[in-house]
Amino acid sequence: MNIEWYIVLSSLLFAVGAIGILIRRSPIVILLCLELMLNAGNLALVAFSRMVGNQEGQVFALVVMVVAACEVVVGLGLIVAVFRRRLPLDVDELRELRG
Amino acid sequence: MSATAWAWLVLLFPLLGSIAIAIGYRSIPARAAGTIGTVAVALAFACGVAALANLLGEHPDARHHASSLWDYASAAGLDIELGIFVDPLSVFMVLVVTGVSALIHLYSFGYMQSDEGYHRFFSYLNFFVFSMLLLVLAGNFVLLIVGWAFVGFASYALISFWYRRTTATGAGMKAFVINVIGDIGLVLAALLIFRELGSFDYGTVFARAPEAFSVNEWTVTAICLLLMVGAFAKSAQLPLHTWLPDAMEGPTPVSALIHAATMVTAGVYLIARTHVLFELSPTAADVAAFIGLATLLVAGSIALVVTDMKRIIAYSTMSQIGYMVVGVSIGAYGAGLFHLMTHAFFKALLFMAAGSIIAAMANEQNIDKMSGFGRAMRFTSATMLTGGLALAAFPGASGFFSKDEILAYATARGGMYLIFTVLGYLGALLTAVYTFRLIFRILPGRPCEEAQELIDSGHVAHGPPRNPATGEAEDTDIGFPGAEHHIAEQSWPMKVAMGVLAFLALFGGLIQIPGVDDAITKFLDPVFVNSPLAAIRPSVAASWTGLAIGAAISLGGIGIAYWLYVLRPQTSAMLIRRLRPLYTLLVNKWYFDEAIDLLVVRPALAIGRFANRTFERLVVDGLVSGAEDAVGGAGRLVRVVQSGFVRSYALLLIGGFAGLALYFLLASQ
Repeated sequence: MNIEWYIVLSSLLFAVGAIGILIRRSPIVILLCLELMLNAGNLALVAFSRMVGNQEGQVFALVVMVVAACEVVVGLGLIVAVFRRRLPLDVDELRELRG
Repeated sequence: MSATAWAWLVLLFPLLGSIAIAIGYRSIPARAAGTIGTVAVALAFACGVAALANLLGEHPDARHHASSLWDYASAAGLDIELGIFVDPLSVFMVLVVTGVSALIHLYSFGYMQSDEGYHRFFSYLNFFVFSMLLLVLAGNFVLLIVGWAFVGFASYALISFWYRRTTATGAGMKAFVINVIGDIGLVLAALLIFRELGSFDYGTVFARAPEAFSVNEWTVTAICLLLMVGAFAKSAQLPLHTWLPDAMEGPTPVSALIHAATMVTAGVYLIARTHVLFELSPTAADVAAFIGLATLLVAGSIALVVTDMKRIIAYSTMSQIGYMVVGVSIGAYGAGLFHLMTHAFFKALLFMAAGSIIAAMANEQNIDKMSGFGRAMRFTSATMLTGGLALAAFPGASGFFSKDEILAYATARGGMYLIFTVLGYLGALLTAVYTFRLIFRILPGRPCEEAQELIDSGHVAHGPPRNPATGEAEDTDIGFPGAEHHIAEQSWPMKVAMGVLAFLALFGGLIQIPGVDDAITKFLDPVFVNSPLAAIRPSVAASWTGLAIGAAISLGGIGIAYWLYVLRPQTSAMLIRRLRPLYTLLVNKWYFDEAIDLLVVRPALAIGRFANRTFERLVVDGLVSGAEDAVGGAGRLVRVVQSGFVRSYALLLIGGFAGLALYFLLASQ
């Protein structure tokens, strides 16, 4: 199979994730979209790894998954904290840190 | 023990006394504090005598010793030691300072008895004596400056001693500020000496100076003029004299100690000590002599009209120091220092007698309100008369020999210096008149109320405590003289001190009579051995001629005073009416305070106001708020981006990356 398809799929996934972050306001959906973008990256890494023929790209993909897991933990923790304080779950409302 | 060891002990005792009284003021009873202070200075005097005996046991050429405890600073050509220099001049000064101070301590022991700050007073007094001794014993210019500044501080502390009086604190500040002007002159002189001669040490400086400088070279003249600024601020010479009359706000023993006998003579000592430099710059020496002459005439003329008793004596001090300055500046070192000594005796005595009378007057100092004390206070009157006779150079009294010796030297030097003789005799006439104006106003006549009370009941007059200068009621918290007053007739320490001084004032001059003996000049000779000016000696015949003229002038002055104030008491009022402009000038002290105010204080204030209003507001504030505005403005620009919308951040991020990616894609084509 040709490498282009993987790259196209990866780009599409990345674009979907990016657009999701830009247009959605729910923090949960934004987190999902972030995961989507990270996994788009993973897909590209693995695809290139196969193409080049060594395992380094796959190792990187594993590292990215670990980072993604950590990020989700922090993100979900934030969301729970926001929820507990009865604040609106809407990123546009949470703008107290504006300059 | 060597002379230097004794000299170190001279320094040690007053310092220990001061520290002991200051630290132990809670536990030491008041009388003990006075005793410690007096004994400390008396011991210092004893050590001074021992040092004198040591010096006299040596060959005259070997009578100079330097001794050092440790190095202050030793680096790159700079070597400053905590060192003293013992020679006839410093031992002479030590003896005068400690001797008179010991008697003044004794006097204060009685006089200050009911003062709230008895411990403080003796601690300050001992510290003052220590500073003064440090000044005269210092072996280099750095230590001299240290002593000089200590003396200035001690004087400030003692003038402002009754710190509840605003006039006293003001006078203290005035004295301190003017003294600091002198300190600056002295420091600059020392730095210039170090730059030119590479040392602060007396021995080295005076040995190198004659080779390093040619006569009247501008550097040596500059050094001498700067030294003069220092000397004249301490010695209250024109135009830095205005602090001395105001300093009379301090307790009377302080006036006696600082403002008559010791501190104000520091300038005379300094000129004598640095005579090597002054002889290399005859110009500067002449300037100094003329300033001294001007001071002695101006101060003498002011003393004719002042009515505050202590101020009359203060102006007379200025005037007498003018004589000393003339003496040491024209080369009559022995005579100038001899006058310093006799003046210390009779001026301390006059102040003590004045203190006793002021106490009897319940702190009133205006001589217009006093009369008839001759019957009321016999002892005080007798001592005051003695002091007055010595001051007025009555034939035979101490001031007679010392003052005329300076004038005889001026005559012997001849030429331009005859001016000093002539005007010096004029000053002597003024001296006799103002001294006996004081005495004839106070001692004879119908006793005033207070004197009558003393005669009738033996009680010292009491009144509500008032500030003698302004008449306002006094704050009777600590820092005020106390309600009781003490007079010599009822206090043996005062009596002893005044008795000894009266003896010295009367007979102190006999140790140096032209043609008979010259103990002081002979003793001081080794110090001035290389000075061609000191070698000039008036002939015995000339000296006695001078003495005869002096005697005539003194008696004439006393006669004038007798005529003016006893025979025709209304004449002085008539003179005041006739010579109104002159009287106004004198009463306003030749307008020196006003002139200084106009020339120095006001411009300084104007500059300050300009700096505050214009420079500070426009330049300094402009720079500060300009910087603040720049930072704030930049922040405001950046803040616009920080909207708080997470999604707009994301858009910027993604857009930015997309832009970068596009750029690199296009660039790689």
